[in-house]
Amino acid sequence: MAILRNKLRRSVAARFAWLAGFLALAACLGYGQAVNSCLDCHSAQDGRLQVTPEKFSQDIHAQKGLACTSCHGGDSSSYDPDQAMSRKAGWKGKVDRKQIPQLCGFCHSNPALMRTYDPSLRTDQLDQYHTSIHGKRLAAGDTKVAVCIDCHSVHDIRPPSDPRSTVNPVNVAKTCSRCHSDAAYMKSYGIPTDQFAKYSTSVHHDALAVRGDLSAPTCTTCHGNHGAVPPGVDKVQNVCANCHVFQAQMYDKSSHFKAFQDKGLPGCVVCHSNHGIHHPSDAMLGTGPAGVCMRCHAPGDHCDRARVAILGNLTELNQSIDSADQSLRLAESAGMEVSEARLSQDQARDALTKARVTIHSFQIALVDQDIQAGMKIAAANLKAGKNAMVERNHRRIGLGICLISIAIMLVGLWLYIRNLES
Amino acid sequence: MCADQIPQPQTTRRRAIGIFLGGGLLASLASFLYPVLRFLVPPPVVDLGGDEVIAAKIGDLKPNSGEIFRFGSRPGLLILQSDGAYRALSATCTHLGCTVQYRPDLREIWCPCHNGIYNLNGGNVSGPPPRPLDVFDVHLRGDEIVVSRKREA
Amino acid sequence: MFAALIRWLDERLDLDGLIAPFRHKTVPTHRLSYWYFFGGITLFLFIIQVLTGILLLLYYRPGANEAFESVQYIMTRVQFGWLIRSIHSWSANLMIFTAFVHMFSVLFLKAYRKPRELTWVTGMILLLLVMGFGFSGYLLPWNKLAFFATTVGTQMAGQVPFIGQPLMIFLRGGPQVTGATLTRFFGFHVAVLPLIAVVLIAIHLFLVQRQGMSVPPKTEAAWTANPALRREMKFFPNFLLRELMAWYVAIGALGALAALFPWNLAVKADPFASAPAGIKPEWYFLFMYQTLKLIPSKVWIVDGEVLGILGCGLAGLFWLLLPFFESDKAGRTRAWITGISIFALVYMIGMSVYGYIAK
Repeated sequence: MAILRNKLRRSVAARFAWLAGFLALAACLGYGQAVNSCLDCHSAQDGRLQVTPEKFSQDIHAQKGLACTSCHGGDSSSYDPDQAMSRKAGWKGKVDRKQIPQLCGFCHSNPALMRTYDPSLRTDQLDQYHTSIHGKRLAAGDTKVAVCIDCHSVHDIRPPSDPRSTVNPVNVAKTCSRCHSDAAYMKSYGIPTDQFAKYSTSVHHDALAVRGDLSAPTCTTCHGNHGAVPPGVDKVQNVCANCHVFQAQMYDKSSHFKAFQDKGLPGCVVCHSNHGIHHPSDAMLGTGPAGVCMRCHAPGDHCDRARVAILGNLTELNQSIDSADQSLRLAESAGMEVSEARLSQDQARDALTKARVTIHSFQIALVDQDIQAGMKIAAANLKAGKNAMVERNHRRIGLGICLISIAIMLVGLWLYIRNLES
Repeated sequence: MCADQIPQPQTTRRRAIGIFLGGGLLASLASFLYPVLRFLVPPPVVDLGGDEVIAAKIGDLKPNSGEIFRFGSRPGLLILQSDGAYRALSATCTHLGCTVQYRPDLREIWCPCHNGIYNLNGGNVSGPPPRPLDVFDVHLRGDEIVVSRKREA
Repeated sequence: MFAALIRWLDERLDLDGLIAPFRHKTVPTHRLSYWYFFGGITLFLFIIQVLTGILLLLYYRPGANEAFESVQYIMTRVQFGWLIRSIHSWSANLMIFTAFVHMFSVLFLKAYRKPRELTWVTGMILLLLVMGFGFSGYLLPWNKLAFFATTVGTQMAGQVPFIGQPLMIFLRGGPQVTGATLTRFFGFHVAVLPLIAVVLIAIHLFLVQRQGMSVPPKTEAAWTANPALRREMKFFPNFLLRELMAWYVAIGALGALAALFPWNLAVKADPFASAPAGIKPEWYFLFMYQTLKLIPSKVWIVDGEVLGILGCGLAGLFWLLLPFFESDKAGRTRAWITGISIFALVYMIGMSVYGYIAK
């Protein structure tokens, strides 16, 4: 082209093309985005100063349109550090730990403001926090305790419903354990640091973290989240009662309720432990290492005898169910149909479960009631299994008769043929 | 040989053969036909299909009460409300599989295992249950209460 | 009284004229003539299948949400339902077994030679039909094992080149095995296959009656050389009575199997569950299944399964046309056909056993 024949014009044109291209590119990339000098610089930093756009884009605050300046202040349009991080522009710097709850609460305790984002969000977290052990100690000057960002993370805060959130029910125990399982960190407080280790072996952890059952309890379910305080020795059964209603109702009416209360013992925790709650077994009524009754009761006393009776009844029902199962299995392998009885076995097992719940009343008579109901069902199923075997024998007899008649016929045919051909 | 001089052994032999053959034929045919004839008679418990059962008869339930019945291989819950309407739902709790019950005092369905509560439409309203209970159709046929699976729309 | 009834019918239908050809029919007797019974036993078992099948039809309901329950109902509530169903299932397996025995006996006795080629061809098609009966009937209780066996089986049919996919969709009534497959298989099992089978059986029997029983080549040669050696038995009533004895033994065996080893029902099919490990087809498909499993996934440029299916197809075609390879000169038969027959028998038995014990 004529214009490019001229060398000078060619270089100007080239530079112009480059600039235009660059501007176009920048315009495309920057289209719709405000300049954020904070992220631009801090994504290039290392360690604690590093916050990348990738990380911050995960944060729900960023997604709702807030920026670095919303919490930290400053001027995000300037690339000059003195201007961007100037006190005049309102820069707060790294927020002091003692100030963090106040900072978060500035928005999160403002119902009018939170309503504009999500009307169903609670706004009492800060108030609750002040009642918690963490809040109280922070007010007294201890900066080692948890503040908002310790549990909720910072710069990539996800809503609790997000499975990657540090405060999603499945992850809560791990989050709490970051401090509470650190023996060195917790040294000055004089409380145990084995809670998470014990909880990890518990049936609740298995339900929640392994099976994904979000209704199972984690630390915050019993201790509260923002207002985190252990329930207190005399209130433990109230907490457990939220889910384990039947057991709590029986326990409240039982002899052990007052006895434990008087001695200042923590109710359910005495036998079931608090963090390492394992699936209860009949061995807890026994005299072995898992036995709980004998921790307080003396061998041979009235309670020990009751224990023996209850354990005996439970074992009897268990065995009765097992032998009915066996009889049904035998019948099934012989080709008999016993699905009705098998269904009824579920009811027998329900009765056994119910009996185990009734133990919490600590009254043999009540436990016995449930046991007898279960025994009746198991006995009926055992009979069904035996009847099936009797029916099987009837079939064999029927078969025998049929085979005999066939044999007679065969003999007759053979004789006839022989006679015919002789 | 004269016709009226049939030697003895042959008669007995013929008779023996006749007995075996006739008797065997009769006995074997009877042993084949007996099960077949019994088979043809419909059993007293009529099979309505895997989708339908007779849960109870009218009058079995008192108003504002519930009863467990067998639906296929799982239990079902039949409820007679105080306004006279029948409801039927699956009785297997969607949390851990316990059998739920009707609570006349709460007028709701309750699972005793972990205090789960469902409303009468099966919706899981409180506690651990993650999903609602399946609701079944209830029809009255004479004095029989027939429960069937919901027809797909 | 019985004779009076016969006379009444004879006056109207000329029964004598109908039975006359049978009166003269004879069956050769020789060392190997016991094998002649197997065709009749297979026919008898087929009749049993039709009868028990009709009885089952009175209670069975085809349809994914009802089939399993209806079979359960038959097994548990219907009087002697367990017996009828177990007889049906056992007789099915026995029939396929006797059909194979019959086929191999015809093979080794060289009964397929001229002029009996058509009998062989109709017989081979019947064997195929019988296996189709087995495959379609197996799905009808709609239990887990049957569901997955059908999935695997129809998937293999889909491997046939060119027509495989349409064939598979035709068999399944859709891209997957669903309730539509069940309905379709039910139609095949109780209407389509029985109709074709009855027609072919009629042709097969007519041919056998018309041409009489074949005699093994060596015996035939000996008898031709010395006619005095020829031994025969009248078909009616001598052979028929013996056949009746065999049929009675068969029904006794069936009853015993049904009563001592009632057929299992197990668990209802769940289309959304994953296939259980080690799923295998029924024993009569095992030798083919195991062969396909042993073929590497790629042979040169050809897909292994396709090669296997093609191989099975070609083998089947060759088997069908066997009589046309055989010499039609009396007394001179092809030894290599005998050799292949022995190999086939050993291979099928061996592969079936292998398939059974393999994981």
